[in-house]
Amino acid sequence: MAKVSMTVNGTSVSREVEGQTLLVSMLREDLRLTGTHVGCDTSQCGACVVHVNGKAVKSCTMFAVEADGAEVSTIEGQANADGTLSTIQQAFQEHHGLQCGFCTPGMVMSAAALLKDNPTPTEGEVRAYLDGNICRCTGYHNIVKAIMAASGQDVSAIAAE
Amino acid sequence: MYAFDIECPTSVADAVTALQAEEAQPLSGGQTLIPTLKQRLAAPSTLVSLTKIPEMQGIEASGGTVRIGGAVTHATVAASVGQAYPALADLASRIGDPAVRNRGTIGGSLANNDPSACYPAAALGSGATIITNTREIAADDYFQGMFVTALEEGEIVTGVSFPVPEKANYQKFIQPASRFPLVAVFVAKYGDGVRVAVTGASNEGVFRWAEAEQALSANFSADAVSGLQVDDSNLIADLHGSADYRAHLIKVMTGRAVTAAA
Amino acid sequence: MPKDGGIGAPTRRREDYRFLTGRGRYSDDIKTQGECAAIFARSTVAHGTIKSIDTSAAAAMPGVLAIFTGEDFVEVGGNPAGWLINSRDGEPMKEPKRPVLAHGKVRHVGDAYAAVIAETVQQARDAAEMIEIDIEEHDAVVNMKDALAGTTYVHDEIGTNQCFDWGWIEDNRAATDAAIQGAHHVTTLELVNNRLVPNAMETRCSIGHYDTGTGDYTLHTTSQNPHLTRLLLSAFVMGIPENKLTVIAPDVGGGFGSKIYHYGEEALVLAAAKKLGRTVKWTSDRSEAFQTDAHGRDHVTKIELALDEEGNFLAFRTETHANVGAYLSNFSTATPTFLHGTLMAGNYTVPNVYVNVKAVFTNTAPVDAYRGAGRPEATYSLERVIDMAAREIGMDPIELRRKNFIKPDQYPFASAAGLEYDSGNYDALMDQMEKVADKAGFAARRAESESKGLLRGFGVNAYVEACGIAPSNLVGVLGSRVGLYDAATVRVNATGNLSVMVGAHSHGQGHETVFPQVVAEMLGIDPGSIDIVHGDTSKIPFGMGTYGSRSLAVCGSAVVRATEKIIVKATKIAAHMLEADAADVEFKDGTFSVVGTNQSVSFGEVALKAYIPHQFPIEDIEPGLEETAFYDPANFTYPSGAYCCEVEVDPETGKVRVNRMTAVDDFGNVINPMVVTGQVHGGLGQGIGQALMENTTYDSDGQLLSASYMDYAMPRADDLPFYTVDHSQGTACTHNPLGVKGCGEAGAIGSPPTVVNAVIDALQSGGKNVTHIDMPVTPHRVWSAMKNAG
Repeated sequence: MAKVSMTVNGTSVSREVEGQTLLVSMLREDLRLTGTHVGCDTSQCGACVVHVNGKAVKSCTMFAVEADGAEVSTIEGQANADGTLSTIQQAFQEHHGLQCGFCTPGMVMSAAALLKDNPTPTEGEVRAYLDGNICRCTGYHNIVKAIMAASGQDVSAIAAE
Repeated sequence: MYAFDIECPTSVADAVTALQAEEAQPLSGGQTLIPTLKQRLAAPSTLVSLTKIPEMQGIEASGGTVRIGGAVTHATVAASVGQAYPALADLASRIGDPAVRNRGTIGGSLANNDPSACYPAAALGSGATIITNTREIAADDYFQGMFVTALEEGEIVTGVSFPVPEKANYQKFIQPASRFPLVAVFVAKYGDGVRVAVTGASNEGVFRWAEAEQALSANFSADAVSGLQVDDSNLIADLHGSADYRAHLIKVMTGRAVTAAA
Repeated sequence: MPKDGGIGAPTRRREDYRFLTGRGRYSDDIKTQGECAAIFARSTVAHGTIKSIDTSAAAAMPGVLAIFTGEDFVEVGGNPAGWLINSRDGEPMKEPKRPVLAHGKVRHVGDAYAAVIAETVQQARDAAEMIEIDIEEHDAVVNMKDALAGTTYVHDEIGTNQCFDWGWIEDNRAATDAAIQGAHHVTTLELVNNRLVPNAMETRCSIGHYDTGTGDYTLHTTSQNPHLTRLLLSAFVMGIPENKLTVIAPDVGGGFGSKIYHYGEEALVLAAAKKLGRTVKWTSDRSEAFQTDAHGRDHVTKIELALDEEGNFLAFRTETHANVGAYLSNFSTATPTFLHGTLMAGNYTVPNVYVNVKAVFTNTAPVDAYRGAGRPEATYSLERVIDMAAREIGMDPIELRRKNFIKPDQYPFASAAGLEYDSGNYDALMDQMEKVADKAGFAARRAESESKGLLRGFGVNAYVEACGIAPSNLVGVLGSRVGLYDAATVRVNATGNLSVMVGAHSHGQGHETVFPQVVAEMLGIDPGSIDIVHGDTSKIPFGMGTYGSRSLAVCGSAVVRATEKIIVKATKIAAHMLEADAADVEFKDGTFSVVGTNQSVSFGEVALKAYIPHQFPIEDIEPGLEETAFYDPANFTYPSGAYCCEVEVDPETGKVRVNRMTAVDDFGNVINPMVVTGQVHGGLGQGIGQALMENTTYDSDGQLLSASYMDYAMPRADDLPFYTVDHSQGTACTHNPLGVKGCGEAGAIGSPPTVVNAVIDALQSGGKNVTHIDMPVTPHRVWSAMKNAG
């Protein structure tokens, strides 16, 4: 067992974990932050994406010990302080960028990382950036559209209701 | 996963010591190792993390060479060497996906030598030097077959030094599931000749395509390779492509890399 | 314009808030004090006889609480098939028992033969590795034709690998054969409908709980239909009385068919919970999901189309081998038969249709309904052979389809495959498709692609499907062992807000938003005051769940019927309050008024009165305001559509890219166009995935080669384009109260042939004589086809 301390969504936490404890397990099991999901075991689906020190990582492919001392943000920390949805979250709702909701936390976290680096991405850049996030429900149309809308771009030409 | 401990040394010397323990194994970005551990295909007692060692970080570009620390992530390479070695930055920017690039490291990729990894093509195609805690190894000597390298037990890739070519380009044709290369080709033109390294295609791992190098050294244009044939006798045949398809793609990707580089 | 939040409004989804903020509650998110973990020991060989299982070493491992093997379930029932199919000779299908845990034999890679319950997942996994099983391996039965010819049987006790040999419609056979024999032209196509893994992003998870005080069981599970799971567990598998078993499907992360079925893991966690008096949880990992979730499709088909000199269709004759895998999953026998054969007349006036389906057991994972379920297989066969025929006779593929379309004045139309289509207008769909897809601009786009060295193709497709599954009377005749109605309870609370309990389960379809739109419209009240309750058998009356694009058409109709009953009773209460005759009371926009007067009471006042029934005429009106309705449809619904797509093919590598994709669908009336469009998008993504990328491959030893996302190609964002979706040409369903048809599966049904037709068109335009490529049309397959065509 090793003691791990980190900041999660602005709150300092410390836990005793085993070496093989994944960051996602610590978040879900120990901290009960169950918004971060596990959808595969080969580091591909991206349902587990969180930010570690501001960078998007797959929390199922990083050990908790490796996040010692880090600042971690998860989907639970994305809304505004008053509980209203962030710009990206709002755009996902407005443009129907989610259905079953399972991949959604990872999508939102990836979108946030993308827009931080690239505030007005093209369609192609959004699609390329989502290479590590699999959605089975939406066919991606409304996810891509929502992310472009969240970046402040006019998406009215992209068909939908 | 089986149970194990993780150690996070802060110097190469400490890492080397830690790796001397029974069943100890190095852990770099973990993007390949962790999925492997999940399948219980490895049972280390201790993982020795290499990502908190300052001497394995950093990128230096000088005198026609780019030297990259072994624990530098793909994302950092992509963001940092665009000026010094654009083709290498481009390759790094297309490995895996953004989250993988934020964790995966160049040293980890080269130590693993996956037959479908991107970095081995750049290293072999550039005639890079692999720097370890004990020695420097020329890329031509380093890659020794699928998942096999010249590394000794406990030896760590601490850095890689790339001679910067006049022109270079990497063309990747992805395997649609894994997004690893089904075939990818790195072409680099140096003053003393052209190097062509192929990944994804061979049962022997990354390799140099000698006939193309010869032809391109004489005439650096896609036409120079269009008449060549690739021997497919030792190429990978799997769900995603036959050996002759891979042979065909090697030629196509090489031609495209030359055109893009020229 | 629809009023905000009512029928026809693109209301934003209320469920989104919890999903977007990480507050969804999926099964694996549930953690119970004192829970323990189940891990399954699974076969690594495809076919073998279990000689012995030694669990002693495993039992001695730390933390182990119990170990189960097939022996522990010998006395309990098997997981049944929900649909009895009779072979052409009248013999009932073969139905070998599907046990909770493998007993006697293992029959596919991943077949569970033991389960370990331990304090932690890690301990259970460690112990499962210590179970020693001695298996006498047999040859794996993988290929269907070999399975029928060989003498190695997946189930020895039935002495064959053929489950059934079904003919539809047997009485049409001779006429179909004669029509083909005498036809001016016959086009024949042999094709494979590739095997798919549904891949809901949330893997299966089941949590069993047993209350040692009351003897009540609770199962939390990833299900599209918790009542059906309860029924199967109670009536067939475990014999737990339904009143002692609650099944809860909380938020479910996608299903696409794979979570319709009852799986052995659900029974196991309940048995273990009872034995231990502990809560027992199992969560599948993705590798297990690939091996054990019911797969989809997997048909090998020969289809013939006979035409006369003018291009009129004379007959379709189909022979299909349908892989059912190692065991019969719950709807596996209905999918290749009544959800496939009955659609083999398509959108056409063709007079003769005959379909023969041989269902085959193999040493592979069970195969069952996956998004579309039988109808994608039907549409793919029809629309590929029609395209091929058009090319062979030199007629434009759209013109050939139009020539044979059922016309709007022919409804109701009795198809040659035995269904009665109630409404549709296929020409209008095709007109709209040509318009919104800018078919006229294709030539210019092709020229532009060619200037880049790429081949461009235009592919088209028309489909009709049978949804709103299903009329119980009809399916009962056809062999269904269940009714396929649905149920709803509308509970008006005293303070005027509503809880609506529905049998349909929402796992992405937006029921929590859409069903209130219907009720709000009917009652003239704020949809925000209406909540949907679903997924818990202890809270809702009954339900057959969500699949077959049935939620709105069937369960939504039950909601309408229950709401109508509410209005009737509320009108009586209002009449009492207004001291008027109920016949004189009119209900409009949420207000009851006496006709011709200014006397009125609001819906809210009536609700309060129902629960505070002072001076109530208790002989005439019961207190309370709650009504339940069961709705059984009179017929299937028949959504239809015209699709097209444009692809670019790289002739050097064989890589295909879908450039434009247009779906024009007739879903009847639309309640929430935003949700409907989203459903089509998802179907298109999966359909393009099937056409170009996805494939489930077993080797000849029955090993699953495409066993993870490393080898099973899931479509990603950069594999797909933006889509154009249009549902402006709806013709209302004539037999349900909302006039709706169902939209969940359309995209997955309409798109695969569209894409393949476009690829063939592209290759032909480049002078490559390629007439067919089996899905998935991977770069390697395209390149090989071009090479072989010379």
